Amino acid sequence: MADITRQQIGSLLAKQGILIAFVAFLIGFTIANPKFLTPDNVLSVIRSSAILGVMALGVTFVVISGNLDLSVGSMMSFSTIVVLDLHDKIGPALAIPAMFAMTLALGALIGFLVGYLKLNSLIVTLGMLSAIHGLTLTYSGGKNMDIVDKEGTWFSVFGQGTALGLPIPILMFIGVAALLGLILSRTSFGRKVYAVGGNGTAATFSGIPRARTVFMCYLISAACVATAGLIQASRSLGSQNTVGQGLELEVLAAVILGGASLLGGSGTIFKTVIGVLILGFIQNGLLLIGLQFYVQFIVTWVIIILAVWLDIAAKRGKLWSPIA
Amino acid sequence: MTDAKPVLRLENIVKTFPGVRALDGVSFSVMPGEVHALMGENGAGKSTLMKVLGGIHQPDGGTIFMGDDAVVMAGPLEAKAKGIVFIHQELSLAEELSVAENIYLGELPTKSLGRVDWTRLSDQTNAILQKLNVGFDANTRVGDLSIANQQMVEIARALTVDAKAVIFDEPTASLTDSEKVVLFDVIADLQATNVGIIYISHRMEEIFKITDRITVLRDGQYQGTVETADSTEESVTQMMIGRTLDLSRNASHHALGDVALEVRGLSCGKHYRDVSFEVRRGEVVGFYGLVGAGRTEIAETLFGLRDPSAGQILLDGEVVRINSPADAIARGISLVPEDRKGQGLVLGMNCRDNMTLPQIDRLKAGPFVAQGAEMEIFDKYHKQLDIRTPGWKQRVGNLSGGNQQKIVIGKWLSMHPKVLIVDEPTRGIDVGSKSEIHKLLRELAAQGYAVMVISSEMPEVLHVSDRIVAMYSGRVMRTFSSEDVTEDNLIQAISGMTSEQVA
Repeated sequence: MADITRQQIGSLLAKQGILIAFVAFLIGFTIANPKFLTPDNVLSVIRSSAILGVMALGVTFVVISGNLDLSVGSMMSFSTIVVLDLHDKIGPALAIPAMFAMTLALGALIGFLVGYLKLNSLIVTLGMLSAIHGLTLTYSGGKNMDIVDKEGTWFSVFGQGTALGLPIPILMFIGVAALLGLILSRTSFGRKVYAVGGNGTAATFSGIPRARTVFMCYLISAACVATAGLIQASRSLGSQNTVGQGLELEVLAAVILGGASLLGGSGTIFKTVIGVLILGFIQNGLLLIGLQFYVQFIVTWVIIILAVWLDIAAKRGKLWSPIA
Repeated sequence: MTDAKPVLRLENIVKTFPGVRALDGVSFSVMPGEVHALMGENGAGKSTLMKVLGGIHQPDGGTIFMGDDAVVMAGPLEAKAKGIVFIHQELSLAEELSVAENIYLGELPTKSLGRVDWTRLSDQTNAILQKLNVGFDANTRVGDLSIANQQMVEIARALTVDAKAVIFDEPTASLTDSEKVVLFDVIADLQATNVGIIYISHRMEEIFKITDRITVLRDGQYQGTVETADSTEESVTQMMIGRTLDLSRNASHHALGDVALEVRGLSCGKHYRDVSFEVRRGEVVGFYGLVGAGRTEIAETLFGLRDPSAGQILLDGEVVRINSPADAIARGISLVPEDRKGQGLVLGMNCRDNMTLPQIDRLKAGPFVAQGAEMEIFDKYHKQLDIRTPGWKQRVGNLSGGNQQKIVIGKWLSMHPKVLIVDEPTRGIDVGSKSEIHKLLRELAAQGYAVMVISSEMPEVLHVSDRIVAMYSGRVMRTFSSEDVTEDNLIQAISGMTSEQVA
């Protein structure tokens, strides 16, 4: 009898572990600091998660298609630096589309290498992480980038403005999530993404253009990175050229926390939004109970490991098994 | 045999899973030196029974006896230690390691300081390989061996422990006919050493060739044990499904339409050469031959997965080039592939989405997929093909093999193809679904489809085909009509005797 109960608990933990852990976190943090669940704090968590969140939405497509994107952090630095630089040179109205075009070109390059040439996405995007970082440094001459006239530009609206009583970054996060959610769950392209990630061979045998589908996923990811770079640049109106460094792992953590499998074929936009919020609340909670900011890097790693473990455990219905 | 004691006896085994009584009082025994077939449709409980025996599942009731002792199999290692050895359908070998390393993996002979004693290792291994009479040695890399020889490595591994009972789970699923002969010899040798053998297979010819007794399960219940010599295919099938599988010759004749597909002098590198045939509307053309005869490669060429090196493909009399599966689909060619799980289905997707996948771009409502149209397609083929699933949302991976195959067939029927190519239509499928799929293929022809059936099972080819193309080593040896084909001349044709010799 005791054995059965233990098995059931194990299986429940395996299937709902993330949610159980999240609820435990929330209760713990609220007891430790009553400010945690106030509307002000909740809004601030969502706003500070918006940049990461928008990037995670794009990476969700890539992960469902069965690939990885580790280049989003350094690509976001690139977008931010480029749009800030061009702002003073050609004005914001032209700087924004120019920055989007350049970021999309990077996404297209990755999409070509992974989709059409069928190179391993881990290697390609890990390489791109470094290469784009180099590109950003070359472009900026290694210097930080600042807008000269910070008071007089309408460019600040994307990061600092409000509408309908909500900060614009939150509205952009919601808007992109709604759009991509519809694309993924309702369009034929979305269905192809699941098919290609679930079983690429079977997708090919059904006439699905596998290479083009993967290519499009990286374009979507790049478009999201450009949007995130826009918010970032607009919020601070000046930036270091390493602003996105390390974000790729947090983005991946959020996507996996939401329940997308690294093996491809599963995950949803809604789940990724949940993953982003979980990550945001946990990091915020750690600060509120008085831990140093730096601790969050360690905690993020622990969360990734936990999420990957639970992903596998949920598949086999047990926390531990002698065979994979 | 009457006074001998069984090496292994299962008594009243019960195993329940949430909502299912997977095994309901199953009893079963294996005598020393006996080959005992375990049969039943998919889902009858064979695998569960074997998992209980292998220590992977613990039974909720009943007892396992080895000799006179009641034993508990606490885990796979314990089952192995007690002499229960499994030869699985899916092999579990390390391809990069040598044969010897695979066989003694985990118990490599060592010298001082833990160094591997390579000489002793290969001597021991070669001694076992000699017994099995195989054509490779201890130092061969496993990845370089054919599937059949890899299976021999698994068997060799079984021989290193003091095996009391060896379980073969669908061992011939991927073997050619000549490889099967070798396997059966090995089984006969094992038999001679008084090991008890449990043989699980769907293939009746094999069962009747090599087994002594047959135990049948149906829906988790024990249906009885019979002497193979006293039974017939019909009687065993009856036990398995409660009715018989019709494998009589195809005798139906309906009017044939125009030539839908014609292939002229088609060649593809070393896979096949100078292949010509035609398929008319309303006709099932069977392609029969050994594994490696080039049949699947022809199907892949017609479906745009392989470029032909010479020759022509004509659809409705028009020469076409087919560059990709999308191209083939657009021209009305559909392929139900050989490897259902690897090529036919996205197992993690639900039934409906799998079925509508090839035409997902056509089902549009504004920018979105027209869900109503999707449901219509699913409902239609769900009903027409009698697919047993709790609903469209069910993951295809959770269905039985037969129902999975029906999903693949439904997926292509919904495209209303001109030419339907079906590669191994009933591989790994239980008898009941098999006969349904056979019937379906005949009906499709009657409805005017041009159907190509590739199969490695002669009864199947004879049962469904109007004409049979016999292939050997990449070439068409002879085309038979259903009147002039006999088992003998078909076997002659596919084993390489030229058509002149046969005629």
